[in-house]
Amino acid sequence: MTAVTVGPTPLARLGRFMADNPLVPLILLLIGLVVVLQILQPGVVNSRWLANTIKVAIPLAMLAACQTLTMLTGGIDLSAGTVATISAFATATLTPLVGAPAAILIALSVALVIGLVNGFGVAICRVHPLIMTLGTALIASGCLLVYQRYVIATGTKIPDFLVWLGTGRTLGLPNGLVLFLPFAALVIWMQRRTGFGRLLYALGSNEAAARLSGVRSWQVLLSLYALSGAIAGLTGLLYLGVVKTPSLSLALPLDLPSVAAAVVGGTSIFGGRGGFGGTIIGALILTVLGTMLTLMQIPEGGRRILFGLIILAVTALYIRLTEQR
Amino acid sequence: MTESEKTAPVLDAEGVSKRFGAVQALRDASLQLGKGEIVALMGANGAGKSTLVKILTGALRRDGGHIHIRGAEARLNSPAAARRSGLVSVYQEPSLIPDLDVADNLRLGRTPVEAFRHWVAEMGIPDLRLDDVIGDLPLATLRILDLARALAAEPDVLMLDEMTAALPTDLVEKVLRVVRQQADGGRSIIYISHRFAEIAAICDRATVLRDGATVGNLKIEPGIEERVVELMLGGKVAPVAGEARHAAAAVGAAVPRLRLRGLKAGTRLADVSFELNRGEVLGVVALEGQGQDELFDVLAGNRRPAAGSVEVDGAPVSFSHPADAIAAGLTLVPGDRAHALLMSRSVRENIALPLLARFRDWGAIRMEDEAARVTSAIERLQIDTRAQGEVRRLSGGNQQKVTIARWIAKGVNTLLLFDPTRGIDVRTKRQIYGLVRELAGQGAAVLFYTSELSEVPQACDRVVVIFNGRVVDVIPAAEADEATLMRAAYGLSRAGTEPA
Repeated sequence: MTAVTVGPTPLARLGRFMADNPLVPLILLLIGLVVVLQILQPGVVNSRWLANTIKVAIPLAMLAACQTLTMLTGGIDLSAGTVATISAFATATLTPLVGAPAAILIALSVALVIGLVNGFGVAICRVHPLIMTLGTALIASGCLLVYQRYVIATGTKIPDFLVWLGTGRTLGLPNGLVLFLPFAALVIWMQRRTGFGRLLYALGSNEAAARLSGVRSWQVLLSLYALSGAIAGLTGLLYLGVVKTPSLSLALPLDLPSVAAAVVGGTSIFGGRGGFGGTIIGALILTVLGTMLTLMQIPEGGRRILFGLIILAVTALYIRLTEQR
Repeated sequence: MTESEKTAPVLDAEGVSKRFGAVQALRDASLQLGKGEIVALMGANGAGKSTLVKILTGALRRDGGHIHIRGAEARLNSPAAARRSGLVSVYQEPSLIPDLDVADNLRLGRTPVEAFRHWVAEMGIPDLRLDDVIGDLPLATLRILDLARALAAEPDVLMLDEMTAALPTDLVEKVLRVVRQQADGGRSIIYISHRFAEIAAICDRATVLRDGATVGNLKIEPGIEERVVELMLGGKVAPVAGEARHAAAAVGAAVPRLRLRGLKAGTRLADVSFELNRGEVLGVVALEGQGQDELFDVLAGNRRPAAGSVEVDGAPVSFSHPADAIAAGLTLVPGDRAHALLMSRSVRENIALPLLARFRDWGAIRMEDEAARVTSAIERLQIDTRAQGEVRRLSGGNQQKVTIARWIAKGVNTLLLFDPTRGIDVRTKRQIYGLVRELAGQGAAVLFYTSELSEVPQACDRVVVIFNGRVVDVIPAAEADEATLMRAAYGLSRAGTEPA
């Protein structure tokens, strides 16, 4: 009856540790999944499997960078998948006409413009990012349909180096890492060591406080959504090399998984917490999970259900342990 | 019916107490209200007035004491229960739903429409249409509607909390007349106001709270103001200011750091002019809601003034964003820490935030330079950094220090402190006063609003007192004892103000 609880419970201490080192539990979870995979299908985990997993996870992680960065401010970019598709489609259809460098330049410019439109709506008109990016995604995909009718005759060509980047392997590792490693290093450096990165966290934690400290949030948000558009465009190029067939729904299968990768990776949709490091692991977790469900030969319906349940469970547990609200 | 029943008070609160954590907000509050009586409830900031009001209206539960309404023990467990007990209140802020029209609002509150219309017309708004949307009506009208709605509910006890604060003078008179008529008609009214003139005009008695207890129950008569102020202060002897300040030192510089002329903003800040010099700590003293919030918002670039001018170093300025104010050297520590801090981010990120705010600071952070600035600010304020990973894990006092450290790291020119010591421990308070004096000694200008009058002589050189949105007095620190400040804050004249 006289027992008095002193200090935090072990569970709370674990949660605090995880809040301070958010990557540790994610890496443990990833290793755990790989172990389970090996037990389910002995011998499946080998260097070839590893390279393939990384290859599949790279475009997902890159697209999830758009979600991570926007989610840090409490936003989201639902147009990322559409922008990636447009960029890929434009590159594939323009290359026969103007050559690869010009095609890629045009594709990335279109991606940047869509990002700027998102930024204008979110930063200056203060439209909610969910609505704004959903709206531009619809408009942009409509434009893509119109565009397709004009270029259908010209045929498509995928620049060779994109194929090399998307599917090639060097020393057993996917060539995509040539693009991805510098990209990831740059994003992580930006979020930790630049003023812009800090302001993303500041806006997501407390926009009013950032304002009182002299932050003009419209500048940050406009730049952010433009950047997100550019990243999505870049992802589209890489994904074109991976899939090798341009289509009007090329990157759409990555759209919602990119949100899931960021959330599973510990980025809060309410803003102010998380980072790209966690997102990369989140993308790997989702990829391994996908492999596992495929190997278990569960029909597509059941796979989706399990996939959704696992994402919810992981996120709920993570949030509970780290006391995020 | 026995004699005692006839004279029994309508409302009888006895020995009410309430504790919030370590703070005893109410110890022994009592309030009696007879039939047809208007009683003013008075008390300085933190005396427990609002806690008592919240208990009476069912927003808070009392820890102890008894409350009887018409002789029966009242269970005020919720606002609805308070309403059923016959106690209806009108608050300072309008309580009608802005997106609905008048009729829908009445329906929601089950207010009888005919009675409502009668009272609205009585108070001088004959042309109100029931399909007017609340959000389109002027603030003064909304106050009238709130009061009319309360009257239409035929309450036994009506509680009016600062309801005249936003009203123009002619409407104030109409409202006061109606309130007095209500009392003459047998209704009992608790009247909360900072304005002695109104209290003298309509109230029968005044009940005074100090430190959570009822310390006096006075009949309203000429000279009551002085008695009430004495009661609110308690037996405190006016202390002579700790040390004489030499504000004049910097006044010699011809151009003041900050000069306000006829500043007006919102419904409360009416007309404020004063000057703030380098090396000076200028106190601002005001009761709640006298326009000080608007004043600090305007100076921090968080709000545009409706009229008047602000000059910094003699040049007129106009801020459209806090960034403009910061560029001019005006930096705000807001009253509510939740508005200033990134609760889920580290102490370092919180302190370094203003260093990165401008577009040109968006590139690579010079980590060593940032670390040096942050560390020196942390040391200067003696912030306990054991839980620096997330600011929300710090104590309130340490959080407050972080909000100040931010501007120390940036470099202080003119510091606007809005009640920086509210709700923090004595040791931290002392540190903050010490820091403020030190900053002024180094040539900074500090505008220091505080709700704790006893702080003023310790921290300030001069004090401007604001009442009803206007500067009513400027007092040197040496004369700024609590009694003098309290009188001035209530708009009472100060003996010996006139120069000989």
